[in-house]
Amino acid sequence: MSTDVAHEEHHHGPPKGIGRWLFSTNHKDIGTMYLTFALTMLFVGGASAMYIRAELFMPGIQFMEPDFYNNMVTNHALIMVFAVVMPAAAGLANWMIPMMIGAPDMALPRLNNLSFWLLPAAAVMLILSTIVPFMPGTGTAVNTGWTLYPPLSIQAGMGMDFVIFTVHILGVSSILASINIVVTILNMRAPGMTLFKMPMFCWAWLFTGLLLIIIAPVLAGGVTMLLFDRHFGTSFFDAAGGGDPVLFQHLFWFFGHPEVYVLLLPSIGVIAMIIPTFSRKPLFGYKSLVGGMAVLFTLGLVAWAHHQYTVGMAAGPTTWFMIITILISIPVGLMLLNFMMTMWRGAMTFETPMLFAVSIVLMFSFAGVTGIMLAVVPADLEYHDSMFVVAHFHYALIPGALLGLFAAAFYWLPKWTGNMYDERLGKIFFWWNVIAFNLTFFPQHFYGLAGMPRRIVDYNPAFADLNMLSSIAAFAYGISHLLFLYIVIKTVKGGVKAGNKPWEGAQVGTTGLEWDLSSPPPFHSYATPPVVK
Amino acid sequence: MNYIKNKIASATGVVSSLLVNNAYANKYNLPEPADPVVQQIFDLHMMTSLIATIIMVIVTLIVVYSLIVHRKDKGYVPDQNFHKSWFGRWAWLLVPIFVLGVDFAIAKSAHHTLDTIFDEHAEADMTVKITGSQWKWSYEYLDSGVKFTSNLNKDLTPEDEFYLRDVDKPLVLPVNTKVRLLHTTTDVLHDWWVPAIAFKVDAIPGYITETRTEILREGTYRGQCAENCGTGHAFMPIVVKAVSKEKFAEWRDQQVAAAAAAAAEASSDKEWTMEEMMAKGEEAFNKTCAACHQVTGEGVPGVFKALKGSAKATGDVKVHIQTVLNGVAGTAMAAWKDQFNDLEIAAIITYERNAWGNNTGDVVQPKDVAAER
Repeated sequence: MSTDVAHEEHHHGPPKGIGRWLFSTNHKDIGTMYLTFALTMLFVGGASAMYIRAELFMPGIQFMEPDFYNNMVTNHALIMVFAVVMPAAAGLANWMIPMMIGAPDMALPRLNNLSFWLLPAAAVMLILSTIVPFMPGTGTAVNTGWTLYPPLSIQAGMGMDFVIFTVHILGVSSILASINIVVTILNMRAPGMTLFKMPMFCWAWLFTGLLLIIIAPVLAGGVTMLLFDRHFGTSFFDAAGGGDPVLFQHLFWFFGHPEVYVLLLPSIGVIAMIIPTFSRKPLFGYKSLVGGMAVLFTLGLVAWAHHQYTVGMAAGPTTWFMIITILISIPVGLMLLNFMMTMWRGAMTFETPMLFAVSIVLMFSFAGVTGIMLAVVPADLEYHDSMFVVAHFHYALIPGALLGLFAAAFYWLPKWTGNMYDERLGKIFFWWNVIAFNLTFFPQHFYGLAGMPRRIVDYNPAFADLNMLSSIAAFAYGISHLLFLYIVIKTVKGGVKAGNKPWEGAQVGTTGLEWDLSSPPPFHSYATPPVVK
Repeated sequence: MNYIKNKIASATGVVSSLLVNNAYANKYNLPEPADPVVQQIFDLHMMTSLIATIIMVIVTLIVVYSLIVHRKDKGYVPDQNFHKSWFGRWAWLLVPIFVLGVDFAIAKSAHHTLDTIFDEHAEADMTVKITGSQWKWSYEYLDSGVKFTSNLNKDLTPEDEFYLRDVDKPLVLPVNTKVRLLHTTTDVLHDWWVPAIAFKVDAIPGYITETRTEILREGTYRGQCAENCGTGHAFMPIVVKAVSKEKFAEWRDQQVAAAAAAAAEASSDKEWTMEEMMAKGEEAFNKTCAACHQVTGEGVPGVFKALKGSAKATGDVKVHIQTVLNGVAGTAMAAWKDQFNDLEIAAIITYERNAWGNNTGDVVQPKDVAAER
């Protein structure tokens, strides 16, 4: 009886108070929490990047001990990957996928709650890993970088154990979230919404979810072996005990390389929604984009050791990884062509989401071509572990993942809040952000080639001028995100009413059902499934 | 429109000419190669850079043309059936074929260099074993037995040209000689990277990895550790001095003679005085041990043990000698028995037992160390 009453109330609107968030099983509320968490952590991860750039502003050690510096390098990567991009993409999936496919909610709402609430716990653990080394007797800071390579990670102090448990919790969280999303996409589509009528964002997340389910356990296994080596006397990675330090690298990159596509694909899905909208014509090559993602999925799982060309692998495997890596240019090239050809002969307008999408096409292409340079083994034996690599993967991951998430936020904020964002501020944010980004990372290619390795706290004055440029631009880049925060808060608080279809072109081609709902959508959408013709 | 096109073309032209023309004299590209394989790598790098630039120019031109022409405010009517045109129907096949062609061209040109790099039967005139340790490099010429350790020159300031790129004892190699470089490490991963003379390969505990060099020109080549090795990662530079074969032979003979003299001194029956041992010990301690234990002997709390007033440095001499010779398993304390001779170890222990108020009064003699080996 009492459960019936609770059930009745459930249908009328969100519960009141903190309980609405703590015990939420509503995909929109959980989506909002994911996105808020990601935005908060963006500033934490960004702050560690600012520390790094402040220290690299000029030669000499100005602000921090080498171990603290490399701890910041570790934190920056772990936070940006696990606590910003992945939760933000999961937040978008939570918000959008049920509305796009005409489902009432995610397939597994309680799991959804759990997978979110594991994240703050992991974030606290990660921050503790930085604080712990300041206590006496806890050993050195986590100075390994996010790759956690042994034996250095075996030497590190107690902070490393906190990082290992952080990775465990994050792994559980993302496996649960992925299972939920995959199950939702496969089982909760409205009648008539066949797989090939799905919005591209759903396809992208289907591949992302499957990838995560395959790779996350491998990382969890790898760091568990690390934990055992550290405390329980095993020798998985200790050559003196018959183990192999390179084994960890293989385990890590078997996770780490597909992880790049985990970060990338949701944003590819977003761009595939945005570009048709603002070009006012259907996506060019829907099926080839799906096929491209499938090929990327497959090749991505067997290309991992291109991160390890310098570990002295034999000729055979090295050649295999080089060929597979170069072949990745085919699906990526196809995706980029599809985007360019969607714009071609369209009637484009340039609202903020479209500005981001166009800039992503160009900057991600650039990451692609430097990626081919890196794939060539002999050349990589010079580039490896230099700032050139740092520049390359920031071009891949900032346009390829982060800017796609910003584009998504601008694209769907009117739907989520019912209010239009401030277009003028949006455009200012775009230009400020993208110009500062390029000034930060473009020069890094050159001082990398000139011989500056990664993960060094101090450097030779030959690299000084461009490092200073990088640092100044990085501060401008970092500050620009405060403007984004301001735009989001302003939009949530109010603004011009957006209407159900804020974008004129949002109904062309294969779009989701989200535009049929009111803005903001009701707390429970699609209690009875719509029928897709 | 043409104006913008020209602008873009000239901008990309500047970038590519920056890469191509300044290839041999600039600070923003790979350094000028001084080794035949590195020369091949350099050429490969310039070729892939050029292909990258061309692809970027094409992509940018298509996008910019589209941005200028296909816009709503120009009244352009969208072509709703473009994706159903012949190009729309065949792009999925045409584009991969085109990209595959480019890929093939790149892979093919890398093929020869790959073969050279992986040539397991490559001949070498001499072999140098390079051992990375936190945070210094040790070199051993396997043919002549000469070995020494190379440390960061700490006297330079950030204003100096070779700040963090200078060492006390550079690796000396002859030019026009095929040298096999073997890499390993005593602790964590390192990577011996001197971009002008050799491609890099990681130094991995339990492994011996290999690179080769054949330096073409005399001169000084600089580099540094490329694989994160912890606290001192930024502070383990590499300097290679390439000299003529004659000069190298001369240098090598000097080193052999000096090593023989040192060994003779260490194994002589001489009783060393406190003053002699303290002077020798202080020099060796500050150069090597102070990296962790600090010049003050106070260590780093929680990380590196203090020696000042420690039980080991003021307790049983034999335990102290054993610790220095064999290290302490599971900690950062390495075994030093292969890096120092008996005299040096005796001097270091004497110093540790009498400096910073550890006034034990012990003078450890080389034969005491020899007895513990």
